[in-house]
Amino acid sequence: MRGSRSKALHDRALVNCQYSMATFSTGERKRRPHGDRKSSEMTLHLKQTFEAAILTQLYPRSQIDIYVQILQADGGNYCACVNAATLAVIDAGIPMQDYVCASSAGFVEDTALADLNYVEEAAGGPQVALALLPKSDQIALLEMNARLHEDHLECVLDAATAACRAVHAVLDQVVRDHVREVATLLGE
Amino acid sequence: MAAMEVRLPVARKLVGQDLARGSGRDLVAPGDTITTDTGYMRGHGTYMGEEKLVASVAGAVERVNKLICVKALKTRYNGEVGDIVVGRITEVQQKRWKVETNSRLDSVLLLSSMNLPGGELRRRSAEDELAMRDYLQEGDLISAEVQSVFSDGAVSLHTRSLKYGKLGQGVLVQVSPSLVKRQKTHFHDLPCGASVILGNNGFIWIYPTPEQKDEEAGGFITNLEPVSLGDREVISRLRNCIMALVTQKLMLYDTSILYCYEASLSHQIKDILKPEVMEEIVLETRQRLLELEG
Repeated sequence: MRGSRSKALHDRALVNCQYSMATFSTGERKRRPHGDRKSSEMTLHLKQTFEAAILTQLYPRSQIDIYVQILQADGGNYCACVNAATLAVIDAGIPMQDYVCASSAGFVEDTALADLNYVEEAAGGPQVALALLPKSDQIALLEMNARLHEDHLECVLDAATAACRAVHAVLDQVVRDHVREVATLLGE
Repeated sequence: MAAMEVRLPVARKLVGQDLARGSGRDLVAPGDTITTDTGYMRGHGTYMGEEKLVASVAGAVERVNKLICVKALKTRYNGEVGDIVVGRITEVQQKRWKVETNSRLDSVLLLSSMNLPGGELRRRSAEDELAMRDYLQEGDLISAEVQSVFSDGAVSLHTRSLKYGKLGQGVLVQVSPSLVKRQKTHFHDLPCGASVILGNNGFIWIYPTPEQKDEEAGGFITNLEPVSLGDREVISRLRNCIMALVTQKLMLYDTSILYCYEASLSHQIKDILKPEVMEEIVLETRQRLLELEG
């Protein structure tokens, strides 16, 4: 436990996240002091996502720090952070219910788009961020930033879910290859 | 002007990709179902989800009779009674020190579970409590043994032997606890001229071999005499060799470190950290260890 001990939870671990963007990550150079509104919102979202996935009740009175920094903002910042942090948590050997995979989705001219890039995000259409636990099909976080007709929600969510599953396949392959490599090298 | 060495990043080679086919161990990732049979007991690294046993960490499945565990490749240190650890004092409190030992919670070293300087045996008085910072203060490194493990996994240490106590001059290397092989002894005087303490918690202390052993009464007097250049070179080489072994994921124990040290002698100390040199010397070490096993 770092910092004030009063924050420690007696029945589970505290998940502490910090999201930041490098000054050079966007097109125009910008100083972003700590605690600007967008970063604190993102920090909160990350925290909620990982509290849902990590089995925090196993480690009372401890703290898990997840620090992410965006080096190049090309769209899908939240999703990239979640996917990267999932790999980091697995590498650290912290027990999780399942992988958390995230993807964004948008809706432009009657078509659902998955994994928006920066230009698509900046265009200003409705945007959904979805964090999924793929094996159990549970949603860790779902956030929408604009109004979207109810009829379209389903196809947008389907697009995001499909993208999350695709991300899961990639992450799973990487983890398995790594585990196999290390287990062989360590082999008894 | 001296020529500068330039290196370009290349994709890392996957080692042991083809070797793995033979090993029959079950490897799982978080969310994988291990078994749907309800007759098994849930161990570490698993959880029950809807009538089935699911893995919660990535690693190898281990079965002991009805108990199923998943052992993660890299974790924090899980204390076990009798382990030798190296730790750093982070806080001085009433009657106890808080020690950072790479475990999930801070470990404690009680004033009553250490030898007083001079080896006096008596009850600890209020004066001893006031003098605690003279024995050990924040930032000091100690070697100790695990006395007990609390229910929440926190560790209580003791230094009730002349082997343990404050560490003087040397180098600390922090590695993953899973890379340190459990052995009868974790204190080694290597024939190359330095000694190592292989802490079970993954903290490794390399120091010049002390001349006389019995001198350190209680282990609170640190020798601040300058260390000779030769000793320092041996220590640096050992440190780099350990880094090489860790990068190539070879278990750390006296023989492996010594073989790696011998394999590295043809290289300059600073060159040992180059990826291709690491690979070469660790391969040679692996080969020699295999020959040793026969």
